[in-house]
Amino acid sequence: MGERTVEFEVLRYNPEKDAAPHFQRYSVKCREEWVVLDALNHIKESVDPTLSYRWSCHMAVCGSCGMMVNGEPKLACKSFLRDYPGLIRVEPLRHFPVERDLVTVIDDFVAKLARVKPFLIPQPGAAQAGTGEYAQTPAQLKRYKQFTLCINCMLCYAACPEYGLIPEYIGPAVIALGHRWNEDSRDGGRAQRQEELAATNGVWDCSFVGACSEVCPEHVDPAAAIQQVKIKSTIDWYTEHLMPWLNK
Amino acid sequence: MARSNKPIVWGPFAAGGTLTAFLSPALILLTLLAALGHAPDLFAYDRLHALAGHWLARLALAGVVFLSLWSAAHRLRITCYDLGVRADTLVASVVYVVALAGTGGAVLYLARI
Amino acid sequence: MAEQVGRRPHVRPITSEWIFRHPRYLRYMVREFSCLFIGAWTLMLVCALGRLSEGPEAWGRFLEGLKSPWVVAFHVLALAFAAYHSFTWFQLTPKALPVQVGEKFLPDDVIAGAHFGAWAVLSLAILFFAGAF
Repeated sequence: MGERTVEFEVLRYNPEKDAAPHFQRYSVKCREEWVVLDALNHIKESVDPTLSYRWSCHMAVCGSCGMMVNGEPKLACKSFLRDYPGLIRVEPLRHFPVERDLVTVIDDFVAKLARVKPFLIPQPGAAQAGTGEYAQTPAQLKRYKQFTLCINCMLCYAACPEYGLIPEYIGPAVIALGHRWNEDSRDGGRAQRQEELAATNGVWDCSFVGACSEVCPEHVDPAAAIQQVKIKSTIDWYTEHLMPWLNK
Repeated sequence: MARSNKPIVWGPFAAGGTLTAFLSPALILLTLLAALGHAPDLFAYDRLHALAGHWLARLALAGVVFLSLWSAAHRLRITCYDLGVRADTLVASVVYVVALAGTGGAVLYLARI
Repeated sequence: MAEQVGRRPHVRPITSEWIFRHPRYLRYMVREFSCLFIGAWTLMLVCALGRLSEGPEAWGRFLEGLKSPWVVAFHVLALAFAAYHSFTWFQLTPKALPVQVGEKFLPDDVIAGAHFGAWAVLSLAILFFAGAF
């Protein structure tokens, strides 16, 4: 395995000293098979221990190391140096406030996620009598399976211009996760989630740029979830207001 | 949070987007041919007048005009916001009124044919 | 526990430069700008209906008015934007309207392909019905 010197430009921000963030340059000898996260770890261990960033699993499962790599939202643990021939510019995830260096403030996302109740709200009568088990066919599982793969890394929020323009927008991952439970045959909580998903700052702030699905490292398709919720919410609205005889 | 009334404006937008995706290129090609001096046979006054006199064609034309204008208006509203125009209520009022006025004009003209 | 250090999160401003940050955002804006051309063409259609309702002479004048280089240029642009709108719209339909058959979902290409096919057939039917060829 070869080594080469890679130039990094990393956004630095120290809230106690800096008025505004600035780029710091590091010239680091890197192994060819490294990912950006390896290089950051190397910088922190051997060059500059003051560098702050989040990471945990190093295998694209925990969703902690999301950052902008050359302007694109990426997991640092999944961005191979061999794919970046020149200078590598690393910034914190866009659209989130910067706490320090590459660490962002994610309170907004966490609060929004809780609002769509991303957990099973059992449908009365769905459990089997006696055992209390919930039976589900493979087809019913497949219906929502892809949306369970979301790792809450927030790359989709950094890619979504509408989230940048409208901070109140509930956003791609949260809608995909709400939709995940709505599509689950065991769940009966759609009416509760619709209060958030079909609200003005729910799906309606989306203009279908589609960037969320393009950048998702787990190949979840939040843009699909959002359009499906829009269509169902529209059918709901017209049924409720124009065809009252269909309402129970 | 409460459920939004956005479906009122989004429903016709989605319907119009689908309709224009199917129809617009072919229809624009027809008037392009006319502009190039090769007007298709249908553009002869007698034929077109007879066609537009049929109630079904009138209904279809009014529907096409309304849905096309509405979906264009709704998209323009969002584009304005994307480009940094923050007066959304004003923009929305203007574009939707133009779409409705255009539809009204089409209905009026169709009634006179 | 260590003493809480001062929190002072830095909020970066949002500017319109996002459109040029990646080709996907530029493609999105081009798609959205198709509304100007489709809208303008539809307003022209309303005018055409007006002239048609006024009689053969007014209609003849309208057809003559179309024969200007500006109108031709507008039509060429409008045709390109409208076709791009159709292309993007049908390409995105599998996301909005997924079809599950048994366990599996129909591949995106099948759903989009069906729409592209229907688009082609319908367009040819319109051109044929109008006597364009």
